[in-house]
Amino acid sequence: MKTLTIILLSCGHFEKEISKSISEDIAREFKSNVHFKECTIDLSTYYNPRRRQYDANAILQEISSLYATDSTKAIALLRVDLFVPILTYIFGQAFLNGNAAIASLHRLRNELYGLKKNDLLLTERFRKVVIHELGHSFGLIHCQNPICIMRSSTYVEDLDQKEIHFCNQCKTILIEKHQSAD
Amino acid sequence: MAEKISILIVDDEESVRDSLYNWFIDDGYKVECAENAKIALSKLEEKEYDIILADIKMPGMDGLEMHRRIKAQNKEPIFIVMTAFASVDTAVQALKDGAYDYVTKPFDPDDLSHLIRNATSQIALKNENKRLKTSISSLVDVEDLIGESEALKKVLKQVESVAQSSSSVIITGESGTGKELIARAIHANSSRKYFPLISVHCGALTESLLESELFGHEKGAFTGASFNRKGRFEMADGGTIFLDEIATISSKMQIELLRILESKTFVRVGGNKELTSDFRVICATNRDLKSMVNNGTFREDLYYRLNVVNITIPPLRERIEDISLLAYHFIGKYCTSMSKNLISIEPAALKHLERFEFPGNVRELENMIERAIVIGNGKEIRLKDLPMGKEVLNSSIESIDDVERKHISMILTKYDWNISRTAKALNVDRATLYNKIKKYNLKQGI
Repeated sequence: MKTLTIILLSCGHFEKEISKSISEDIAREFKSNVHFKECTIDLSTYYNPRRRQYDANAILQEISSLYATDSTKAIALLRVDLFVPILTYIFGQAFLNGNAAIASLHRLRNELYGLKKNDLLLTERFRKVVIHELGHSFGLIHCQNPICIMRSSTYVEDLDQKEIHFCNQCKTILIEKHQSAD
Repeated sequence: MAEKISILIVDDEESVRDSLYNWFIDDGYKVECAENAKIALSKLEEKEYDIILADIKMPGMDGLEMHRRIKAQNKEPIFIVMTAFASVDTAVQALKDGAYDYVTKPFDPDDLSHLIRNATSQIALKNENKRLKTSISSLVDVEDLIGESEALKKVLKQVESVAQSSSSVIITGESGTGKELIARAIHANSSRKYFPLISVHCGALTESLLESELFGHEKGAFTGASFNRKGRFEMADGGTIFLDEIATISSKMQIELLRILESKTFVRVGGNKELTSDFRVICATNRDLKSMVNNGTFREDLYYRLNVVNITIPPLRERIEDISLLAYHFIGKYCTSMSKNLISIEPAALKHLERFEFPGNVRELENMIERAIVIGNGKEIRLKDLPMGKEVLNSSIESIDDVERKHISMILTKYDWNISRTAKALNVDRATLYNKIKKYNLKQGI
């Protein structure tokens, strides 16, 4: 089986521990090489003053054209509040069966919901969002298994419910996708 | 389940369509988009969608007008309107017109997930309800198969053995013997019982109507065909189709029928798409199909295709022992439906029913009982409440000799003055019969 490369793009400052644990998660779940890169795109271009949020579709498009190739997937780690036109917010976004994904930790912070700051929980939530979005880029759709990482999450509490692994069914699909890509 | 649900997104803003498309695709739904109501309506003509998510304000035809047109086409997708804050009033109007729900743009991701999840459970419930209703209506009335006679038991045994197979069945029997009930019993005992039993009375429709009824038609196929319509074969998918009065169909329809029975594929009238349906066919007739084949009015190949199993229902006069059971069954049935106390039947009336020929078979008996309950005294069915009872009562002034003379004369005529057969029918010996003929001075031809 060919080993795929996934580029981890940091848009803003992230502690080394976070980047490291995310790299390990990706390498483990997708059996891929992980390259770490600083993202150079200017996020202010994607700021929507009316909504006071950042346009996720446009950022995703930019990441795809600048960093991803047919054999390389790219995921951008962000700290900004993301939106798509029809939804009030999103945690992350990816092209289904595509080569790019984005994930933000803005809405994952406890403080946003009036709760006590918890850095450990924040990192864990962020890792889950990253793996979930990359799962979409590998063609996985939402899973009904309540603890599978591909379970749809619209609240942070939903993220806390699930584990940072694919269920057996999603794992099988992932392996099939890998094999068909070879 | 999500994989099977199809969603049509109708919005003039590309970004909205794309965002929703990506969101639903991630959830595993089948998603299509339309940039205006006109395109959406033309898509709806080609296929059906489970859920339509439409913006209210669009250039040209708005979402409300589109919803009205979809309803006019007798289509029932779950219709959800999307609206901006400023147009909540119009959204309320949409709800009054029968829309399932509305969402205000931009929506909270969780609201959208809940909305679609509720809509999909609504679809599942609706489908299940439809299926259960059909299966229940197919099962009712099978209890009307009443009788303890050997003749009926033999028929029921045949029903039991044939039900589990998927073979074609022809049910023959005189009018009113309960051919449709037997078809229902076969269906209700088969593995197809949770799918519909579709009945078509072939004799009641003209050739062209029957064709459109059986195969369905496309919009514009003929004058008055304003909408696409499913045919009975399509509706019977997974279940059974019961073709009553099969002997009445034209030779053209016989060819069409043979084709669909062989290939299980057909084309709607005015259409060009080949459709398939998995059905079992049960036919009924009161005519002798074999002799129709012999004189060339019924196709031989179709006859053999249909006549895999033949069930013949005996006429009521050949199962006299069932008459009292049936009479009491119909008394119970009609007293209940007319909210009356259960009544009995006078022994003389019952005896008379058992002697009656019943050319209209069980149906005639049922009608007689219903009529007797309506016109009767509400306590019991008397001889005079029966249609033939009046005749009997009026002639009751005749002497026993007169009655005997008339009866012997009638039986002699029936058996063409064959003394042995007449004596056997009257349950007397030949000598007694000769004495009676002499006593009453009966002569052949008088």
